[in-house]
Amino acid sequence: MSYYFTIIGTRDNPLFELDFGTSKVGGDGIARFREEAKHMNQFIVHAALDLVEETQWSTKDLYLKKIDSFQNNHIHTFLTGGNVKFMLLMNPDPSSTSYSAYQTSPPPSRPSTARTNTLLASNPGSQQTEEAVRQFMFEVYEAWMKCIMNPFYQVNQPVTSPVFRNRVGMAAKKYL
Amino acid sequence: MSGPPQVPPKEANHAPIPQAKPFVSSLRYPSSRKTIYDRNLNRTKTTEISLASFSYLFNSLITYHHAKSGSVSEIETRLNRAAYPIGIKMLDLLLYRQPSRTAARPTRMLDLLQFIHGTLWRALFNRSASALEQSNTKKNEYMIIDNEPLVNTFISIPKEMSQLNCAAFIAGIIEGMCDAAGFSTDGVTAHWAGEGDEMWPGKTIFLLRFKDSVVEREEAIKAGGG
Repeated sequence: MSYYFTIIGTRDNPLFELDFGTSKVGGDGIARFREEAKHMNQFIVHAALDLVEETQWSTKDLYLKKIDSFQNNHIHTFLTGGNVKFMLLMNPDPSSTSYSAYQTSPPPSRPSTARTNTLLASNPGSQQTEEAVRQFMFEVYEAWMKCIMNPFYQVNQPVTSPVFRNRVGMAAKKYL
Repeated sequence: MSGPPQVPPKEANHAPIPQAKPFVSSLRYPSSRKTIYDRNLNRTKTTEISLASFSYLFNSLITYHHAKSGSVSEIETRLNRAAYPIGIKMLDLLLYRQPSRTAARPTRMLDLLQFIHGTLWRALFNRSASALEQSNTKKNEYMIIDNEPLVNTFISIPKEMSQLNCAAFIAGIIEGMCDAAGFSTDGVTAHWAGEGDEMWPGKTIFLLRFKDSVVEREEAIKAGGG
């Protein structure tokens, strides 16, 4: 169970990135993405931006829920008033995800245990997952607000503050 | 009889690459150990700043830009630019302060205009703007009217610059907010409208001209049943 979180600016430029794993059900909070997933994650999230653009005019909510999925990766999005996107990609089992674009059959099924079924990403559309992600997003939004209210912060500047990174990490630990 | 181990000959034209230094943050913490992330964003929601200190700052701002500009319109442009980032940040701040379940991004032109006319004005001046009007002839032009802009309270305009309206600062805030919400404009400008008006001599019209692409999108959404 691994997550990739990124903040995308108004010109589709990345402002912040963070990988982390789950801290629930005995997780150690470390992302287990394979080497090839590192750039595929960015690619998948970038592709999902088109769907954000479609959705953003049809709802007034800040939290847009799950908007895309690709090969067992699920993407949830939060849109701020200033058109900045928080994108969260979740993958229940990165080691068995194939990124081949031509694969049509599902990956070989693994014996599922009761434990994996309690993971949030196993049911990306479920009420419980949406609620956890929503709470995570609003916590990040608060840190984000504090960051952009800094008079020296200008639109679309990357965020490098270690305190901000820490805040996102803490929110992840709490809800995901 | 083994000799000393062979040392590879040193060549003067090769220099070892120094190891990369580990990243050390140069971030400095305030002495109270409280960063901006530890502060409460809602603390200033209800407290008002003193009008005197605001006027003093605003006066310095105008003096500065006046000294740097050659014409009335340049002063207005500079005031507009100075306020533009405020508008961008105000949009998110006001959304953040709404209850998180009901917070709504303005996605229609009318929503946005009412948000500015009501929510923004109440946050900045503690009352809503005096009126909100649409142009009869142009679909993309809207007017927000303030009978007595707070920023102009202590400003007297010399005769030779009678066109200057320092509420261009507020126009800049409006423009920033429209842009941030995804409604780009061809500029928001402030105009005097109080001439001959005995009740409200300082009446000011903020003219918002949305880009044609915004109007087209609006109509497309309406046609799509949204």
